Amino acid sequence: MTQAAALAIGVQRAESPGLWTLAWRRFCRDRVGLVSFLIVVFFFGLMAASGVHLIAADWSKEVGVNYAPPTFIGPEVADGGPSAPGSHGGERTGEANPFDPLAGVLAEIRAASGAASVAEAQAPTLVFGGDRWGRDVLQKTIKGTETSMFVGLVAAVLAAFLATVFGALAGYYGGWIDDFFNWFYSVFTSIPYLLLILAIAAVLNQKGTLTVILILGLTGWTGIFRLVRAEYLKHKVREYIQAADAIGASHPRRMFVHILPNVSHVILVQLSLHVVLFIKSEVVLSFLGFGVGVDTVSWGSMLNEAQSELILGYWWQLAAATLAMALLVTGFSLFTDALRDALDPKLK
Amino acid sequence: MTAVNSSGTLIAIRDLKVDFRLDRTTVTQAVKGISFDIPVNSTVALVGESGSGKSVTALAILGLLPKENSTVPPGSRILYGGRNLLALAPGELQKLRGADISMIFQEPMSSLNPVFTIGFQITEVLTKHLGMTGRQARVRALELLREVGIPEPEAKIDAYPFQLSGGQQQRAMIAIAIACEPKLLIADEPTTALDVTIQKQILELIAALQKRLRMSVLFITHDLALVGEIADYVVVMREGEIKEQGRVEQIFEAPQDAYTRALLLCRPQLERRPRRLPVIDDFLKPGPLAGSTLEERSRGLRGDEEIILEVRHLGKSFYSREGLFGKREFKAVKNVSFKLARGKTLGIVGESGSGKTTVALTLLRLRGESSGEALFDGKDLLSIPQTEMMPYKRRIQIVFQNPYASLNPRFTIGQLLMEPLQVHRIGSSESERRDRVYKLLEEVGLPEVSFFKYPHEFSGGQRQRIAIARCLTMKPDVLICDEAVSALDVSIQAQVLNLLQDLQDEHHMSYIFISHDLAVVKYMADQVMVMNEGEVVEVANSDDIYRNPQHPYTKKLLSSIPQGWRGARAR
Repeated sequence: MTQAAALAIGVQRAESPGLWTLAWRRFCRDRVGLVSFLIVVFFFGLMAASGVHLIAADWSKEVGVNYAPPTFIGPEVADGGPSAPGSHGGERTGEANPFDPLAGVLAEIRAASGAASVAEAQAPTLVFGGDRWGRDVLQKTIKGTETSMFVGLVAAVLAAFLATVFGALAGYYGGWIDDFFNWFYSVFTSIPYLLLILAIAAVLNQKGTLTVILILGLTGWTGIFRLVRAEYLKHKVREYIQAADAIGASHPRRMFVHILPNVSHVILVQLSLHVVLFIKSEVVLSFLGFGVGVDTVSWGSMLNEAQSELILGYWWQLAAATLAMALLVTGFSLFTDALRDALDPKLK
Repeated sequence: MTAVNSSGTLIAIRDLKVDFRLDRTTVTQAVKGISFDIPVNSTVALVGESGSGKSVTALAILGLLPKENSTVPPGSRILYGGRNLLALAPGELQKLRGADISMIFQEPMSSLNPVFTIGFQITEVLTKHLGMTGRQARVRALELLREVGIPEPEAKIDAYPFQLSGGQQQRAMIAIAIACEPKLLIADEPTTALDVTIQKQILELIAALQKRLRMSVLFITHDLALVGEIADYVVVMREGEIKEQGRVEQIFEAPQDAYTRALLLCRPQLERRPRRLPVIDDFLKPGPLAGSTLEERSRGLRGDEEIILEVRHLGKSFYSREGLFGKREFKAVKNVSFKLARGKTLGIVGESGSGKTTVALTLLRLRGESSGEALFDGKDLLSIPQTEMMPYKRRIQIVFQNPYASLNPRFTIGQLLMEPLQVHRIGSSESERRDRVYKLLEEVGLPEVSFFKYPHEFSGGQRQRIAIARCLTMKPDVLICDEAVSALDVSIQAQVLNLLQDLQDEHHMSYIFISHDLAVVKYMADQVMVMNEGEVVEVANSDDIYRNPQHPYTKKLLSSIPQGWRGARAR
């Protein structure tokens, strides 16, 4: 081949759109999808920045007064307006108790450490308020976003991976392999979901981010498995797979080189749906006390704290976590919808 | 169409244009300003290849064009009884549809509602349009079923579509369409999905009904040979324009347009077998036809050829579960034996369900266990273990029917063609393999840039070339073509058949050519094997079998081939 011909082919190559390019073009035409995509990208940026300690690194610092209200509301009026009857800090009520047998000891400790903590001026208001220990709710939410998204993403990838391998084997080979995985699936789905989660949590017997990921990943593969298996059942009898068989392609090659790219859109869409699902599940788990450890913060643990605060009238931690979660979940869901429309070849 | 005076015109189509919006910026003209008349009490055939706009025209008459992305520019008129159908209110059009104008579609299985009985679907039309009571409608439905020739109408009226055969389903569709005795029946490729013997029955039924009910029929088809027997007028369309229209004898005896002439001659004919089939381009460019399209090719076996594949007593059964432990055996192929000579073509013909495809897939071991043996180079292909099969897989290859389904949509053409070479470790390096693939692309008539493109960027005919090239990468001795040209347009069909013939002449491959189309098999095959219900009915040299069929089934099959204009007149 001459140089010119090679060049011509090279040029042509750039012009020829692949299926993914076409899908991307279709996706860009969907305005709602594009906006939700930007929201998702923003959250990813937040998660990455927080992950490398660029922002919200000192979320656990007690920078404000206890239950510092958001700046846009303004500092609390001394000795409480009618709206916040219980707004006195715990320490002050502690001092006021004349029957406290440890009062003397506590006063000594406070005097010893007081020099340091009092030196740092505690802000009367914070951007989006403070929690019980005066930590900045905004920073806490960012850190919580990191944890919750990380858990959701990794658990979803784990679940999708398990489902793809199981589904591919079951759907492609059929016979007793299919029966085995179907029974396995049936056993998993026959146990009530929360009970299953609690059972696995009890077996793992330790709290932490990794545990939550394992719990969600190991229990969440069932729905994706069904879909992947169905897709494999459909594709393995297609003519192009018969053609691959006729040229002598091996079973693993047919399964993962030929069929997998053709069902990848299903897996991808399920993956993003499950990210949303697992973020919500993590919240539920943390709320129930099976979630991340005490030294980490997630949306779930924030909501868990918020339930006692709400009685006292401190709504901002609840609002922050809910707002962040609603924004991401809605954005991610709409993004998934748009993704499915763009990737589904049937809609063309 | 000057012979028809204006009073005898049922529908006049004047300057009809239809635009389709593909996306925000692209608009294609599907129909570019066509005019023709449908006279009262006659059959008009609308002939064209895919994309010619023939179905769009039919949908425009019925007002069934998709509202979201189609527009009919002003100036287009479809006149029916003094009214312009395009300007009619939706409600009025609804009254016309089904009552005055009705339609039958290509796929009877997908156009009948599977969850309602045939009787329900016929009576629905009657009660809705004619205001009959349930009992009246049922009586009339029975009459209709009898009229369209469904056996035991009293039993079949309560049958669901899946309980009927394909031909019976199409008859039921016709019964629904003629229920209100419409003035115009639009038949959109009504026989394309049916076997050739059933096709003949349905054509005869439509022709008889047309005469009896004195209605007009707009018959849409891609097959010009088909319309010679039933049409009074023919309209030939290509790319949204009318190429030629006139009385049927004029179209067949003295076609004026080059495209019409091409359509008539591109299809293999039973009487002649030219060395090359003429293609559309031969007619569109000036000058006489190439000599090779006029010379005859002789076919047949002398009996002393080298045998490359010998199949003995091939059998294949499928099992379905019955009850708790029982299983029912269905013999798809029974005791099939044949010999394939090197460099020659064996044609297998038969109707759907005759087992011809099963024979092919069983030979390639794509269909699980089977009985009998297939000797290829002295080895039995059916009994050697899977691990030893690889070198043989290389030498016996298959081209499938549907070029849209047989290429992996996520692979580039380069990947598709390189894969067999990689799997079989043909060629010493990637660059050597790539050179080979480029050469093959050239051989099947595709540009080198195809290497980087995806299947969806090619037309059906080009895809079939890619599928053929993929088989050729392994230089097989035997190539099985399973309905390889059945899904293609007539003009493309000729090109692919020519390509296959050239490749056989050059590489001395043996073909097993499977088709339901007897004319194509006659053109391609040296020897023809007729199959029916899993059994071989007759094997003979192709000229002999068409001239002098022995078995009654072969005779029946041959008499069902559409004879075109000449055949209709001879009868």
